[in-house]
Amino acid sequence: MQPVGAAAPLRVDIAEKTFRSSEGVSVTALKNLAFEVRQGEFACLVGPSGCGKTTTLRILLGLDTDFSGSFQMPASDDGRIAAVFQEPTLLPWRTVEQNVRLALPKAMRHTDLTRLFDSLGLSQMRELYPSELSLGLARRVALARAFAVEPTVLFLDEPFVSLDDQTAERLRYLVLSVWSARPTTALMVTHNVREALMLSDRIILLSARPAHVLGYFDIRIPRESRNPQVMSDLARSFRQKFPGVMQAEMGYP
Amino acid sequence: MNLEHHDRARDIEPLTEAQPRRRSFSSIAPALTVIVSLAGLYLLWSVAASLWPSRAFPHPDQVWVVLVQDTLNGELPYNLAITLARVFAAFVVAMVIGSVIGILLGIYNRADQFFNPWVVLFLNIPALVIIVLAYIWFGLNEVAAIGAVAVNKIPNVVVTMREGARALDPRYAEMAKVYRFSAFDRLRHILLPQLQPYFAASARTGIALIWKIVLVVELLGRSNGVGFQIHLYFQLFDVAAILAYTLAFVAIMLFIELLLVQPFERYATRWRRRAA
Repeated sequence: MQPVGAAAPLRVDIAEKTFRSSEGVSVTALKNLAFEVRQGEFACLVGPSGCGKTTTLRILLGLDTDFSGSFQMPASDDGRIAAVFQEPTLLPWRTVEQNVRLALPKAMRHTDLTRLFDSLGLSQMRELYPSELSLGLARRVALARAFAVEPTVLFLDEPFVSLDDQTAERLRYLVLSVWSARPTTALMVTHNVREALMLSDRIILLSARPAHVLGYFDIRIPRESRNPQVMSDLARSFRQKFPGVMQAEMGYP
Repeated sequence: MNLEHHDRARDIEPLTEAQPRRRSFSSIAPALTVIVSLAGLYLLWSVAASLWPSRAFPHPDQVWVVLVQDTLNGELPYNLAITLARVFAAFVVAMVIGSVIGILLGIYNRADQFFNPWVVLFLNIPALVIIVLAYIWFGLNEVAAIGAVAVNKIPNVVVTMREGARALDPRYAEMAKVYRFSAFDRLRHILLPQLQPYFAASARTGIALIWKIVLVVELLGRSNGVGFQIHLYFQLFDVAAILAYTLAFVAIMLFIELLLVQPFERYATRWRRRAA
């Protein structure tokens, strides 16, 4: 039951985005950045750090309107969007459950969240305050909040950054399983190519500043069959298609 | 969950802790200190009053007699109630108007640059001038009295709340925007909790300042209230009565602080105490 028009892709066509510092120095962050994310597709925006990935996300979230160009969200009646920020950004004065419920539209405020909390391993934490959570758990709450909204588009800004490898890996699997239960158009920003190869249908590779699209890397292998062997094959073909990118810019071994 | 139970158990049964004697003593020690301190003050006062007996410096027992007498004949409760009502009215008016102005100035930089000189000006006008002008312009009535007190307090509230609004974390506002919080939800769940420490600070200093100014207002232009009574007893040179009214009023204000302000603050900051 998709709302009418939800089949439209997320279309981005940003002509230019420039930051001006107070000293009058201007830095062009994005230039002729154009790409599409098809409906129901999990896309990753990969690029060297500082290239303007987060800036792109902020523009799409409507948090930064000072740019030239346009973008088009998949049209739908209410067109809800959800975002997981680099930091969990939970309200410290509200409990875990309140944090999730507050993000829901009025009509959904009292929906049953048991399954969502269960699937993210948060059922015991519903009454805790964010200050009582580790970063990994706080990230899970931020993810729960985003998924609870049942968005038409989901934006993720490096949701696994600054976690230890084990926690990050577990969180990636959690995200995969929750997302697969209800696949929505998703755009994730990351500088970790391996993570992108594991999670996404399509990688959009950005250049260094000013960012534009260098190329696409489509992954047609279903996620559940991406075992270590397949992953290293994917990494090899990614390296062949974009030589030099992984080692130099993204610290990939 | 476990944590919560543990805390609650400790509150109810302090004696089950590992070191019962020590704990129970340290929990009543602050109260004991206060009692000893007040007894010391009483003793010092009694000794001084018996060394220099004078109508202008009554013994504490005399003050107590007047206090009981005026309580029984209804004078004291009536005037206390009148004054408290004025304090309360002026406090609410000052907090509401001051908060709104302060938050707006904190958010809109341009407005702040324009209105800042006004704030500085009002901060520096003596309370007495505002009271006198209010009575001249608006007459010797209740509105002028309460308005004058509020106007005295508003600039302080503005300054504190402006600081609070400047310290707002934009990330929460951005989160609220992405998730389309309603205006009411933004106010209740994003804005007010962040401003809570600043509300608490200006409420604290507010009550302390306001009740002192209310007495002056009553002295100058009202025919009831604690301020008026003190003025009356000043003309009668009845120092015992002046002290009786003062003590009664201070006691009431302390009770308000202990029974209303502090519990509310504990409630509002409950999420902070449980930090891991």
